[in-house]
Amino acid sequence: MDFKDYYKTLDLSPTANAAEIKAAFRKAARKYHPDINTGADAEAKFKEVNEAHEVLKDPERRAAYDQLGQEPQPAQGGFRPPPDWDSGYEFSQSDASNGEAFSDFFETLFRRGSNPAGGRGRRPSADSHGRIEITIEDAYQGAERTLNLRAPVMGPNGTVTMQNRKIAVRVPKGIGQGQHIRLAGQGTSEEGSTGDLLLEVAFAPHPVYRPEGKDLYMDLPVAPWEAALGGHVVMPTPGGRINLNIPKNARSGQKLRLKGKGMPGMSGAPAGNIYATLKIVNPEVTTEHARAFFEKMAEEMPFDPRADLGGDGK
Amino acid sequence: MKKTTLRADIVDALTLQDLCRLCHTDETWVMEMVEHGVLEPVGSTRGNWRFVGTSIVRAKKARRLSRDLGVNTAGLALVLDLLEERDTILRRLARYEAV
Repeated sequence: MDFKDYYKTLDLSPTANAAEIKAAFRKAARKYHPDINTGADAEAKFKEVNEAHEVLKDPERRAAYDQLGQEPQPAQGGFRPPPDWDSGYEFSQSDASNGEAFSDFFETLFRRGSNPAGGRGRRPSADSHGRIEITIEDAYQGAERTLNLRAPVMGPNGTVTMQNRKIAVRVPKGIGQGQHIRLAGQGTSEEGSTGDLLLEVAFAPHPVYRPEGKDLYMDLPVAPWEAALGGHVVMPTPGGRINLNIPKNARSGQKLRLKGKGMPGMSGAPAGNIYATLKIVNPEVTTEHARAFFEKMAEEMPFDPRADLGGDGK
Repeated sequence: MKKTTLRADIVDALTLQDLCRLCHTDETWVMEMVEHGVLEPVGSTRGNWRFVGTSIVRAKKARRLSRDLGVNTAGLALVLDLLEERDTILRRLARYEAV
């Protein structure tokens, strides 16, 4: 277990007063809130900020924590609190705002023996919430996924242990980003009733498709002659390969709509579209033959791609 | 360990009570969100309101923001609109940067 420097987390001096702590917390909470900050480590940072505030906002906890910070620490082996570190301080244990486990450091010092997910009067229902990340292909076709869940379980003698369990889930076809799926009876058991498990669906970043609602956006690379002459090309979609007609004299950046080839519709709603943006790609010239070919084109095709730029041309 | 595949239902078209349960909140809060246009249920009377797709996502986000940051209703409406606008712009930006 490592010692947590809560003052550093909130960018505060150890002599900060209550108003300064509150202001620093509010500022950091706004900055790192996972609904606002899309960065990968925002959620972890937000949790740290909350943990620091949980301790520093409470004068008794803060005093006990400050006392702790002055103890000489072993150079190795991590942090270990002295046996009677909190004697003389009266603080209520376990009233952190959202029932989630904080760091080992916090849990050991400020929440011994109490139930991290229980606490005072939260959770009117015993529904559990979580997130599941799936691929666009899984959402398109429906898929079976195994989930690893970690949930606190109350033992017969009142002790709480974290228990891992695996459940297999069939992801319904056509599920969209941000939608929820419900697994009936898979929530936590509380006072005899068992709630549901609700999972918010997120799409994993895809190398080709960019989802927007039911529509999918993608780039479609074409050769210069395909763009100039038009004709059929074969392109992949989540539903399988399809033939696509490229118009003659197609421009780079031109957007083609493939109606109904996006994500499947649900309960009567139409399926989404695919919007493919053409991207003209040149073959790399590696052989003498290819070089001669391009030279011939340069000679025989009067073409100034910079004619619209103005100035003197050329 | 037994292994059975569970069927998952898509959560959609929630009643007022269903939405309250999902978001751990009460009807007063949801109604205030509707009055501010943060949530837009389908259906004319409170009894046959149905909350679909984006309304559910917005409701959860609004709950988290008010719980964690103490944002009031008018602030929530503004923040959610601006966040959606920002996300649209970020997606468009990503499209250009990918090229």
